[in-house]
Amino acid sequence: MLSFIIRRILALIPTVFGISVLVFFMIHLVPGDPAEMMLGERASEQALKEVREQLGLDKPLHVQYGRFLSRLAQGDLGRALRTNEKITTEIAERFPATVELSIAAMIFAVTLGMLAGIMSATRQYSVFDYSSMVLSLVGVSMPIFWLGLVLMIIFSVHLGWLPLSGRLSYHIHIEPITGLYILDSLLTRNWPALKDAVWHIIMPAFTLSTIPMAIIARITRSSMLEVLRQDYIRTAKAKGLSPRVVHYKHALKNALIPVITVIGLQFGILLGGAILTETIFAWPGIGLWLLNAVYARDFNAVQGGTMLIATTFVTINMLVDILYAWINPRIKVS
Amino acid sequence: MTAAAQTLPNSQPAPANDGLEKSRSPLVEALLRLRKNKTAMVGLAIISLFLVMALFAPWLAPHDPIEQSLYSKLKPPVWDAKGTWDHILGTDDFGRDLLSRIIYGARISMVVGVVSVSISLFFGTIAGALAGFYGGKIDNVIMRFMDLLLAFPSILLAIVIVAFLGPSLRNAMIAIGVVSIPRYARLVRGSVLEEYAKDYVQAARALGARDSRLIFLHILPNCLAPLIVQTTLGFASAILEAAALSFLGLGAQPPTPEWGAMLANGRALILRAWWAVTFPGLMILFSVLGFNLLGDGLRDALDPRLRE
Repeated sequence: MLSFIIRRILALIPTVFGISVLVFFMIHLVPGDPAEMMLGERASEQALKEVREQLGLDKPLHVQYGRFLSRLAQGDLGRALRTNEKITTEIAERFPATVELSIAAMIFAVTLGMLAGIMSATRQYSVFDYSSMVLSLVGVSMPIFWLGLVLMIIFSVHLGWLPLSGRLSYHIHIEPITGLYILDSLLTRNWPALKDAVWHIIMPAFTLSTIPMAIIARITRSSMLEVLRQDYIRTAKAKGLSPRVVHYKHALKNALIPVITVIGLQFGILLGGAILTETIFAWPGIGLWLLNAVYARDFNAVQGGTMLIATTFVTINMLVDILYAWINPRIKVS
Repeated sequence: MTAAAQTLPNSQPAPANDGLEKSRSPLVEALLRLRKNKTAMVGLAIISLFLVMALFAPWLAPHDPIEQSLYSKLKPPVWDAKGTWDHILGTDDFGRDLLSRIIYGARISMVVGVVSVSISLFFGTIAGALAGFYGGKIDNVIMRFMDLLLAFPSILLAIVIVAFLGPSLRNAMIAIGVVSIPRYARLVRGSVLEEYAKDYVQAARALGARDSRLIFLHILPNCLAPLIVQTTLGFASAILEAAALSFLGLGAQPPTPEWGAMLANGRALILRAWWAVTFPGLMILFSVLGFNLLGDGLRDALDPRLRE
């Protein structure tokens, strides 16, 4: 097991290296002069020169990349054009918001998705089964940026139950500990803040959870159905155990293996979906930040943000692999 | 992002019957199976509807999709008390007819699907075929690059590519096409590896067939089934991703009647005009659903191993 873990971690190095090459060369996709694109046509020659220097565009390509890499190794992603703040600082400030949103979305997706999948499998071909499978097909086809807007119209504009956007009401203050507002308000026993934070996260988290929820429901159903057909389940039923015990104690455990892989993979995909969700709900996370950098043509920040998100993405996928091998020792052989 | 993200097993067309009974070609067999598949037929019906909309947009649309009218701003749909038959689905804040824009939007989404899927299909097939056929170093270089593209969440990579190329529908289609190349490359590589070992390929090779002939005339036609499924699902994700990019202002630019761009415009109106948000989104949902349904059905019909 240990050698497997070490091998997986080592395999991450060339991937991250590759990501850095790709991210670095992206700036050369820009038609024309990136510095001029960033600052506009009326920028002074002096300002242009400074930006070119900061981006390293005034040096030969290999020198540029070498500089990029050595700065990267020191955890320095440069400064954001708009704020002149360090990119790493800006990202660090916004990362917890995205993490909190992703976790909340995953809680929705896993509980509702697995529940729907299990109930569908144990009641195969029932009305519930059909409707939940139709819903899950709709779910995987869902433009989540639209769903978010529709939820806003229903629950904020018409019913007024949930706040329209943002992460917290203006008058609420939370003592930052982890940066995860729900956790922080729990730790400081700040109940009004807890309620406010939960109220704010419901809609964005549900929106973000749609696609993973649908996929988890489908996988859980098919995996459960496969397990339920096996001999040991028939034996358990023949012994006279109640269906509940057979389903939840005997079948579910073995049906979970593929479900867990899918859950892990969805976590990475949430990072992508977060860009759309955060935009709609003005959620101050890394996705919204990156998009604003795109709008401002702040190429330095875009590169830094992309580098970080992609690295997080592959790291999560690696952790999923390891977790999977730990749960299911059979795959280690191959 | 969509069902396409789920793994597709490699598959091959149904083997013909032994030849003793009256045998039908694998294609006919598959089509017959497809006709019995309800999901696929529903998907096909939805797609046909959108195709008709796209092809006959100028005849179907009651108004010019970009014509503005100050007198008919924010008109609600016909079933609302203030609605009129002149604008069945209402108008947006520029007085543009929503129904006409939605109909023309079908045209754009279909074009986006065709262009982006063609890009990924073309490059993905070639890359996958080369990797699978030659193996060794070529395989390694190509597939490591594909892995690299997969190291990014696809929508993020598309956003970043468009960010650097500049926002436009053309660049969005390129970005979406590039982002999906690995899916096709992996699929084709796997199928080629599987087919390559078979006798008919070795026989053709012994007869002196050149590499290009082996790849394109012998091996690839036998890898078509999974590719057709992936292409269909690819349409779904291309339409969805293009709409997302346009929604973010990185794809189609105003006043283009693209569904995602219409949503972006409608977003500012959610307090006043729910219809400007609702209908374009429903179009995206149904077109994506149509291709996902057909893709699922095709997978069942074309891959006998998945059938029970």
